[in-house]
Amino acid sequence: MNVLVCVKRVPLTGGKITLTEDARAIQTRHLGFTVSPHEECGVEEAIRLVEAHGGSSAVLTLGPPEAEEQLRDMMAIGIDRAIHLVTDGSETDPQATAASIVAAVRAQEEPFDLILFGTESADAGNYQVAIRVAAALGLPCVNGIKGISMNDGALRCEQAVAGGRDVYDVPMPAVVTVKEGINLPRYPSVPGRMRAKRKPVAASQPARSTARLPMIRLVLPESASKQAELLGHGADAAPRVVEILTEIGVMP
Amino acid sequence: MILVFVETDADELSQQAFAFAGGLGGDVQALAFDPAEAYAPAAWAQTLVEIAQQRSASAVIASGTDRGNEVLAHVAAKLDQPMAANCTAVTPGDPVSVLRTRWGGSLLEEAQVHGSPLLLTVAPHAVTAQALGALEVVTVTESASELDRVVRVVEQVPAATGGVSLTDADVVVSGGRGVGSAEGFSVIEELAALLGGAVGCSRAVTSAGWRPHSDQVGQTGSKISPEIYIACGISGATQHMAGCKGAKKLLAINPDAEASIFASADYAVIGDLHEVVPAISAEIRKARG
Repeated sequence: MNVLVCVKRVPLTGGKITLTEDARAIQTRHLGFTVSPHEECGVEEAIRLVEAHGGSSAVLTLGPPEAEEQLRDMMAIGIDRAIHLVTDGSETDPQATAASIVAAVRAQEEPFDLILFGTESADAGNYQVAIRVAAALGLPCVNGIKGISMNDGALRCEQAVAGGRDVYDVPMPAVVTVKEGINLPRYPSVPGRMRAKRKPVAASQPARSTARLPMIRLVLPESASKQAELLGHGADAAPRVVEILTEIGVMP
Repeated sequence: MILVFVETDADELSQQAFAFAGGLGGDVQALAFDPAEAYAPAAWAQTLVEIAQQRSASAVIASGTDRGNEVLAHVAAKLDQPMAANCTAVTPGDPVSVLRTRWGGSLLEEAQVHGSPLLLTVAPHAVTAQALGALEVVTVTESASELDRVVRVVEQVPAATGGVSLTDADVVVSGGRGVGSAEGFSVIEELAALLGGAVGCSRAVTSAGWRPHSDQVGQTGSKISPEIYIACGISGATQHMAGCKGAKKLLAINPDAEASIFASADYAVIGDLHEVVPAISAEIRKARG
């Protein structure tokens, strides 16, 4: 089973987001980077599927040269090889992103049985790249999945919905987007990190196209920065907390 | 004419999408699929594409829910048009300009939409809901292909009942990295049980394996709106705040007076949760006599 998982490099934003002067990006000078949480679980799922059913795994990203760091991280936990579509780091809209991924998938020698994405990226949250890729490749696409199992050569996919779970049976090849919670991703080991240094990264420059959903600027929401009422320090605050719970009307 | 894809006529987020569409001006028609139809996102999208084309719709709008975003993304892919997800405002013009959420609502983006029909989903709670008027109920178009139909819900498994669910609870008591261990959650569980509430946690906790992901509050977990959210040992990362900003009141308990969660809190207790939380539980027992 050949599995591809697509990831995006995003900053670890911490407690407060600040913007660059031109308001076109988050100020990342003091931030680390990671991949979107849903995608981290997609990577873990790809590794588990290959461990269980054989085959090979690849990770793909569209991003700046620095995104190789994330590709190495994903190979450190067990992905076999990486595809890096190198950009100048500026924003790429969802249609252009999907077109670049489609071109890269078509250029592969061996087709993929399964292409995994996160349901949405942590930063832009456009909710559509996977669906566009599937449509262009003529593949079925199932979204927001929290459980994948193999059932008679097809994928049995489960989705958490209000009141329970919805189940889909999807033939392969297929595109599946996953949500965090589908698994608990493993951490890289030191030998894993050493091996990742020697794994192949195929880098290329994707064709650029005109954005049809261009980002003009970023805006920080008006934060209702509150002045919290200090109820006290340590255990001594408990009586005042109970008064507040009574006021709000949630005391049993 | 503007089409609004709704899940059910009673669904509040669908009613918000309808109200948002009304703000664009012109006729607005709400459409839902026959409840007998199994959910099949691509086939539903193909149906909406045909209806939009027959009626020369200027826009197709849905709520920014899992299904709203999914169906509309399929519509966008089929029409090869741009789609703006989770919009909070729209300014008509050529091109149309939208304000949309990023980072689960921690950041907004102004974007232009160069396409027609206008395809967008509406961020939850960006506008006030409005009754749908006449709801048109449709079935899947016969021309939906085998590929469109192959992804469909084949089975619905009800959740095991019991306990208050995180999204329905009036009180959520949540623990973060400061809890220190899976066992440390016993004090959180005790307080939640006393208040008839649910236990929540931050992403740091689920990543450490201390609690199941179903307990996670945050951008990639549950979005909750209790009467009060009691955040214990949680620093207040944007990822977490995206899940609890719907809470009516927030009580933060943290030993670090500089923790960013205090900037979003209504009430603050500065101290170690392992001392403060049991003291609150004891005080509640005392008050109950």
